[in-house]
Amino acid sequence: MNNTIIRFENVTKSYDDGTVVLKNINFELERGKFYTLLGPSGCGKTTILRIIAGFTDASTGDVFFNGKRMNDVPANERQVNTVFQDYALFPHLNVFENVAFGLRIKKVKETEINDRVQEALKFVNLAGYGNREISEMSGGQRQRVAIARAIVNDPEVILLDEPLSALDLKLRTEMQYELRELQQRLGKTFIFVTHDQEEALAMSDEIFVLSNGEIKQSGTPVDIYDEPINRFVADFIGESNIVDGLMIEDYKVRFAGKEFECVDGGMKPNEKIDVVIRPEDLEITTPENGKLIVTVDTQLFRGVHYELSTYDQDGNEWLVHSLKKADVGAEIGLDFDPEAIHVMRLNETEADFDKRLEAYGDEDYE
Amino acid sequence: MGTKIMNKTAKGPLIPYIFWILLFVIAPIALIVYYSVLDLNGNFTLTNYAKFFTPVYLKMTLSSFWYAFLITLFTLLFAYPTAYLLTKTKHKQLWLMLIIIPSWINLLLKTYAFIGIFGLYGPINAMIEVFGFNPKQILFTDFSFVFVSVYIFIPFMIIPIFNSLDKMNPSLIYAARDLGASSWTTFRRVIFPLTIDGVKSGIQVTFIPALSLFMITRLIAGNQVITLGTAIEQQFLVSQNWGMGSTIAVFLILFMVLTMLFTRQKSKGGRV
Ligand SMILES: Nc1ncnc2c1ncn2[C@@H]1O[C@H](COP(=O)(O)OP(=O)(O)O)[C@@H](O)[C@H]1O
Ligand SMILES: [Mg+2]
Repeated sequence: MNNTIIRFENVTKSYDDGTVVLKNINFELERGKFYTLLGPSGCGKTTILRIIAGFTDASTGDVFFNGKRMNDVPANERQVNTVFQDYALFPHLNVFENVAFGLRIKKVKETEINDRVQEALKFVNLAGYGNREISEMSGGQRQRVAIARAIVNDPEVILLDEPLSALDLKLRTEMQYELRELQQRLGKTFIFVTHDQEEALAMSDEIFVLSNGEIKQSGTPVDIYDEPINRFVADFIGESNIVDGLMIEDYKVRFAGKEFECVDGGMKPNEKIDVVIRPEDLEITTPENGKLIVTVDTQLFRGVHYELSTYDQDGNEWLVHSLKKADVGAEIGLDFDPEAIHVMRLNETEADFDKRLEAYGDEDYE
Repeated sequence: MGTKIMNKTAKGPLIPYIFWILLFVIAPIALIVYYSVLDLNGNFTLTNYAKFFTPVYLKMTLSSFWYAFLITLFTLLFAYPTAYLLTKTKHKQLWLMLIIIPSWINLLLKTYAFIGIFGLYGPINAMIEVFGFNPKQILFTDFSFVFVSVYIFIPFMIIPIFNSLDKMNPSLIYAARDLGASSWTTFRRVIFPLTIDGVKSGIQVTFIPALSLFMITRLIAGNQVITLGTAIEQQFLVSQNWGMGSTIAVFLILFMVLTMLFTRQKSKGGRV
C-alpha cells in the first residue's frame, strides 16, 4: 500500500510583482507522521501550507493528494484542515459553534454534531467550555479551540501555522507536548510550521529546513542536528561554532591553524570547507591537553550549564557549553573527539550530501 | 471629599454639551409637541392626533414607509457588493474617496441635474429616440424618485459597510473555506454576520432620512408620491396648518426613534 499522502513535484510560486517565493519544491509526506517546516520568517512556510490548503495556487508544478493531482480542487473540497497562525476563530460564534462549523456545513445530524463537538473539546481539555464566547477565552484556550475545530472534521491532514508562537514560554512548552501526543493519538498527518528550531527538534518525525523558498535539508531531528548540510542549517539549528577549513584528504581536516583527525571524507584534496563543532561537544581542559587553546571572553550561567564565549589566537570565536566553570580572561584548552568535527562542503546539494554521507559518514560513529 | 472633586471635574466639560442639546434638540422637539396640540386658532386640542389616524394619513404613513423601504433596499443591494469589491481593490481608500466626493455636492444641485437628465429633452430620452421609440415621461414617476434617492444615499450606505468589511480579519474567510464552506455559505455564515453592524448603521443613515424626504419627492416625483415629508411641507407652507404639520412631525420623530431602536447594535451574536 502506498503510504504517501501529499507529494509536491517541482512546485514554484511567484507573485505578479516578480517576487519568487518558492523555488522548485519537491517532497513526499507519509501518512500519520509529524512534519515540520522550519525556517526564518519570510522563507515561504506559510505559502507552502496555503498551497496545500488551496488558498493559493502553485505557479508551476503539481501537488498530489493520495496520488491524485489536486492543484485545481477548491479549498472547501480538500481533505485538509488548518489551524491558523492567528487562530481565525469566528468572533460571532461561541466555542461550541466554532467547533461545529465544519460539521454543520456538511449537514451532519444534530445529535452527531453534539457528540463529536463534545468529544473534540474533551480531546483538547476544553470539556464544558462550549457556551463560552471566544472573547472570554485565553490565548492558550483559543489555540485549543482552533485545534478542536480542525480535528472534529476528521481530516487526513492537519496544517498548523506557527500555532504556538503567540503563547508564553511555559504554555508553549506544555502545548508542544500536548500537540505531539495528540498527533500520536489521532494518527493523523500533521504539517507544522515554526521558526523555532527547538520546537521543531522536540516535536517532529521529520523536519524540512527552508530558506529563501528552497528546502535546504530534510531529515529526522537527529540527522539534521548532527549532520547539517551547510552553514545556514548548522547556524539555524541550534548554536554552533562554524569556521573555515581545508579538507587535506579523507579523514584529515585543517582549521584554526592546525590539522585534525575527523570522520568525514569524499571531498577533493585541499577542498575549502566549513567546519562545525557544537558548543556542547567542546570540553574544557588545561592548555597543555587542549586541541585548541583559547581565551575566555565572557561567561554566562544558563541554569544547567555555563555558556562561555572564547577566542583562539586566529580570532575565531568558540562557544562552549560546559558544566565546569572557567575564569574570565584565563587561557584554557578545548578538547573534542574526531566525531565532534562536522565537515560541510560549500554549495553541496542535498542529494549529493546524502550520497557522500552514505559512503563516508557514520560507519565508526554513534 | 474625593467624590466631590470627581463630580466637579466630570460635569464641567459637559456644560456646553448639555446647553447644545437643550437648545438644538430638546427645545425644537418641545416646540413641535406644543404646536401639535394647538388648533388653527391657537386653542388646545387633540383633533390633530385624531386626524392622523384617519385613512388619508395612515395611507400616507404606509406610503412613506414603503418608499423608504424600497430606497433602503435598493441602496443596500447596490452598496454591499460595491463596498465588498472596494475592499478588494488595490487603492481602496482612493476608490472610496471617489465614491464619497459626490455626496459633498449640494443635494439641490444634484436633484436639478437629474431633472435635466430625466426630462423630456434630456439625454435619456434622446437615446430612446435614437432607437426609434417615442420619448417617455421618466420624470414625475415613482421610479425616478426611488432611483434618484438611491443615488443620493449610496455613499452613506457604502461607508459603514466598507468599514466593517475592511475591519474583518481576512483569515476568517480562509477558515470558513478550509472548513468546507462554499463562497455563498462563507458569505451567509461568516462575512454577513460579521458586517451586520455596518449594515445596520447603513440602514439607519438611509431609512431615517428617506422616511422624511420631501425636496427630492417634490422635484423628481411631482405629486406622484405623497409621503409624510411632503405632507408636512404642505401643512406648513400651503395650508398654514402648523398644528397638523407638527402632529405629523411628532409621529415622524417617533418612527425614527423606533427605527433606531430596531437597528440598534448588539455587541454579541448568537448561533449560526
Ligand atoms: N500577495 C503577495 N504578493 C507578493 N509577495 C508576497 C505575497 N504574499 C506573501 N509574499 C511574500 O512571500 C514570502 C513568503 O511568505 P510566507 O510564506 O508568508 O513566509 P513565512 O510563512 O515563511 O514567514 C514573503 O517574502 C512575503 O513577503
Ligand atoms: Mg508565516
